[in-house]
Amino acid sequence: MKILEMIRINQIHKSYITGQNSLHVLKGIDLQINAGEMISIMGASGSGKSTLLNILGILDTYDSGEYILDGLLINKLSERKAAQLRNRMLGFVFQSFNLVSFKNAMENVALPLYYQNIPRKKRNIVAMEYLDRMGLKDWAHHLPNELSGGQKQRVAIARALIGKPKVILADEPTGALDSTTSMEVMDILQEVNASGITVIIVTHEHDIALRTKKTIRITDGNITEVVEN
Amino acid sequence: MFELDKWQEIYSTVRKNKLRTFLTGFSVAWGIFMLILLLGSGSGLENGVKEQFKGGATNGVWISSGQTSIKYKGLKTGREIRFTNEDFKSVKTSVDGYDRISARLFLGNRLISFKKEYGSFFLSPCHPDYGFIKELEMTRGRFINNIDISEFRKVAVIGEKVKSTLFKGADSVPMGKYINISGVLFKVVGVFRDFSRNDDEQKRVYIPISTAQRVFKGENVINQISFTTGQASAEEADLMIRKSKSVLAKMHTFDIDDNRAINVWNKNEEVRKFRALFAGIRLFIWIIGLGTIIAGVVGVSNIMMIVVKERTKEIGIRKSLGATPWSIVALIMQEAIVITSFAGYIGLVLGVGLLELISKKMPPTEFFRNPEADFSVAVAATVLLILAGAVAGLFPAIKAARVNPVVALRDE
Ligand SMILES: Nc1ncnc2c1ncn2[C@@H]1O[C@H](COP(=O)(O)OP(=O)(O)OP(=O)(O)O)[C@@H](O)[C@H]1O
Ligand SMILES: [Mg+2]
Repeated sequence: MKILEMIRINQIHKSYITGQNSLHVLKGIDLQINAGEMISIMGASGSGKSTLLNILGILDTYDSGEYILDGLLINKLSERKAAQLRNRMLGFVFQSFNLVSFKNAMENVALPLYYQNIPRKKRNIVAMEYLDRMGLKDWAHHLPNELSGGQKQRVAIARALIGKPKVILADEPTGALDSTTSMEVMDILQEVNASGITVIIVTHEHDIALRTKKTIRITDGNITEVVEN
Repeated sequence: MFELDKWQEIYSTVRKNKLRTFLTGFSVAWGIFMLILLLGSGSGLENGVKEQFKGGATNGVWISSGQTSIKYKGLKTGREIRFTNEDFKSVKTSVDGYDRISARLFLGNRLISFKKEYGSFFLSPCHPDYGFIKELEMTRGRFINNIDISEFRKVAVIGEKVKSTLFKGADSVPMGKYINISGVLFKVVGVFRDFSRNDDEQKRVYIPISTAQRVFKGENVINQISFTTGQASAEEADLMIRKSKSVLAKMHTFDIDDNRAINVWNKNEEVRKFRALFAGIRLFIWIIGLGTIIAGVVGVSNIMMIVVKERTKEIGIRKSLGATPWSIVALIMQEAIVITSFAGYIGLVLGVGLLELISKKMPPTEFFRNPEADFSVAVAATVLLILAGAVAGLFPAIKAARVNPVVALRDE
């Protein structure tokens, strides 16, 4: 089987400039992730994990280096192009779920398809399928504030998956959940990965990291360790 | 940009944020409501004043004789000017461009009777053209004609009020009957209606001026010359008046600038003055109305700014899911336009409704009647609303499109 390279970054540098201070967050990161891999990123608070994930998610830009996503050089894209790539290639899962508070579970899940100009009826049918896969069919018409943390995260995962992305980027997806719920969420993410989607998880917890195939440790803006689990 | 799906997206956000939507829309609804009310009141005033001008051509000129007030060629002041048939002929031949022309004699109120019925009515001898100058509507028969004048016929044209006073019951048909005017019998040949608001104008009796001079005066004196200026411009009409004045001044030896020797009433000029006044009032109303709407728009814009701030996280989420900047601009702009248009429409309907109510329930007074907002105003207001919505949404939308998703989505 031929191994496809999904993500490659070479010598990525990123600094934040606040007023007169410049904070060098990423100091030349090299990373290569194949299609279908499931990796975790660990590191101390402030080490640059989220920054890296945001660059991978084309939500943020980098100062120098190279980022190639599925063979496409991601550099100085127009906002429009970046939005389209996020919509078609990437799915996000966040610690705080980031569901739209006034939309119900189904509408939240359907939102990425709205930006693919898929008609409402069709969107909602597909959204129901994904909710069903998450075991949340009966919660489809509930607003986020009527759902538990675990349910919210499953809605968020369904939303991340609905656009059939190639990469799922999860920034501390279990950070706000208890250990049992965390394991349930990891079960789902493993299933997602088993279906061939590349999964990248930022986490602080060892037992979460252990459920991925590879763990990358970032220390002070550099990759200091890569461990096969 | 305006597919059904977008509307549904807007509808769902609007529906789920009712209070916010209400607050946003209220100021705009109020602005439009006030504008419509103001414009309606303006038109009410205008209609009221227009009513005052009814009855008589708007291009009519009336020239009456008076007393001199300026010394001229050694003649003292206070001299009474008396027009005669000669003056009428001179004006008729030397003034160019008039449409209809008539002389009048003032004989005051006279006792007029038919059988046992009688009343005091204003007797108004004139030429055939006076029916046109006064824009009388003949409800029966005819007005005075040239043969009446040349043959000194004793015929009379009576007003609706005269008819209803004198001709009652079995004698309700006035045509061909003889009425007694100060002891002289005149045959009724027509009944007219005058569109003037003044009731007295319906209580007139018109007779041929030639007959009146012979029967009641015994001389060829007249009191007034009136004519219409046709399609003439204001300047041309002024020229006609000037010419009449100079002819009369020469015949009677008085200063042409002596405004007491002869008195000119140029209705067109009065109408023009009022038109200018109302154009001014309308402009003033639009300025105030626009001011109110601008205040509303600024309000909407402010609230939308706060809304965008509130929705920063949502916008960040949308961007992470693939919303382009343009789609965010469209989302906010369309919401602003929908809210302003809808709210404005409500204001429009309420305003027009209130005007209708006033129009129906309130009796018209001398200077106020039928307040109305016409179609063009409604169209203008609608266009204004959509523009206002776009303006109100523009800055918040740009702000929304600039939201940085990384910042918006960061966990606090
Ligand atoms: N928009 C920004 N402007 C300025 N500094 C920033 C910005 N975003 C992040 N930083 C700084 O960059 C550094 C790395 O932040 P980052 O969020 O990547 O850390 P992290 O590894 O995800 O930490 P944590 O585990 O606490 O989430 C931190 O010092 C942070 O304060
Ligand atoms: Mg982080």
